[in-house]
Amino acid sequence: MSRTTTLSAALLVYRRDLLLAQRHWGQVAQPLVFFVMVATLFPLALSPELSELRRIASGVLWVAALLASLLGLELLFRSDHADGTLEQMLLSGQPLSVLALAKGFAHWTACGLPLVLFSPFVAGAIGVPLDSLGTVMVSLALGTGILSAIGAIGSALTLGLRRGSLLLGLLVLPLAMPALIFGARAIDLSIQGDSARGPLLLLAAMLVLAVTLAPPAIAAALRISAE
Amino acid sequence: MLGPNGSGKTTLLRVIAGLLLPEAGQVACNGRDTRADRDAWSAAFSYLAHSDGLKPELTAGENLAFEVGLRRRVSQAEVDGALGDLGIAHARNQLVATLSAGQRRRVAFARIMLSGAPLWILDEPYTNLDRDGSVFASAIIGRHLDAGGTALIAAHQPPAIPGHRPRNLELAA
Repeated sequence: MSRTTTLSAALLVYRRDLLLAQRHWGQVAQPLVFFVMVATLFPLALSPELSELRRIASGVLWVAALLASLLGLELLFRSDHADGTLEQMLLSGQPLSVLALAKGFAHWTACGLPLVLFSPFVAGAIGVPLDSLGTVMVSLALGTGILSAIGAIGSALTLGLRRGSLLLGLLVLPLAMPALIFGARAIDLSIQGDSARGPLLLLAAMLVLAVTLAPPAIAAALRISAE
Repeated sequence: MLGPNGSGKTTLLRVIAGLLLPEAGQVACNGRDTRADRDAWSAAFSYLAHSDGLKPELTAGENLAFEVGLRRRVSQAEVDGALGDLGIAHARNQLVATLSAGQRRRVAFARIMLSGAPLWILDEPYTNLDRDGSVFASAIIGRHLDAGGTALIAAHQPPAIPGHRPRNLELAA
């Protein structure tokens, strides 16, 4: 009887979560719909003038993405906790931090990636020039990754609470501020025709930091919540 | 492990499984504190809790392939064999949400059976099982003991395992 390697276990978790996302596609589509709706409401509320919209486009895109990411986070561990499968993962003998990382990555694939792929359309609609759409995508890809990692810690910490969503926002949003600042700045610089390399590299560094440090924190939080 | 409701059977099992911290003392296996290497300890046992630990949105086969797969490589034939042993071969491609409570318990039992762990920690294993299900479960526990395994069972009544006399630990209310 051969034991499952840690990598195979992580792949199993990743595949299972994507399968579950596919069977609950309504829940998965929620953040994307929210992102598109919020971003397209601005032209209606402010002005349809593209030059005016272009000035605030970076902020609109990032705030909409940040809030949309929060929507899916609460459910990240909740159903696993409720049906007892989280407990089984805890007792599987596999390093919980690796399983948590796989869950976070699956969450990003199901919720963050569609948002990134859809962002050029939304950005184009609020006046972001064609040349800057690449920067929009890269900045949101890095940003949603950071948010998934930080958000997973918050989600794991608020797991046992009945109304954890408010607390989740209070926990995650302040930690996401640096990403918001540099992410929006990158898009802004690109719209103005400058190089966005600096803020994007800083965002990438933040993502590396989040992906490295978050898994042990998520694992510890899950163990506390399981008690 | 016998005792009335509220006597702490589940709590003690959860402490042993490492899901709860003991207020005093320690859990040791072969003289080693189980918290020293939690993952190695978890790999040594399989735990059946009050909840079946199954995803309602997945089929019985998918649930077993995932949960057993986290511990060891498992083939589809083994999954089918275990479901057949428990009399629910037809449930393989059925969503767990559509199974009855008793059938779900049997799927959870199949997970324990396939885990390959030497120690089984079973919390009220006969809950929701009909007479046939209880007989299947007892026979499977008996086979595990015959193969040199150990089972730690919390129950209201001493379980009848064919060919074995369990040692009873009575917990006071």
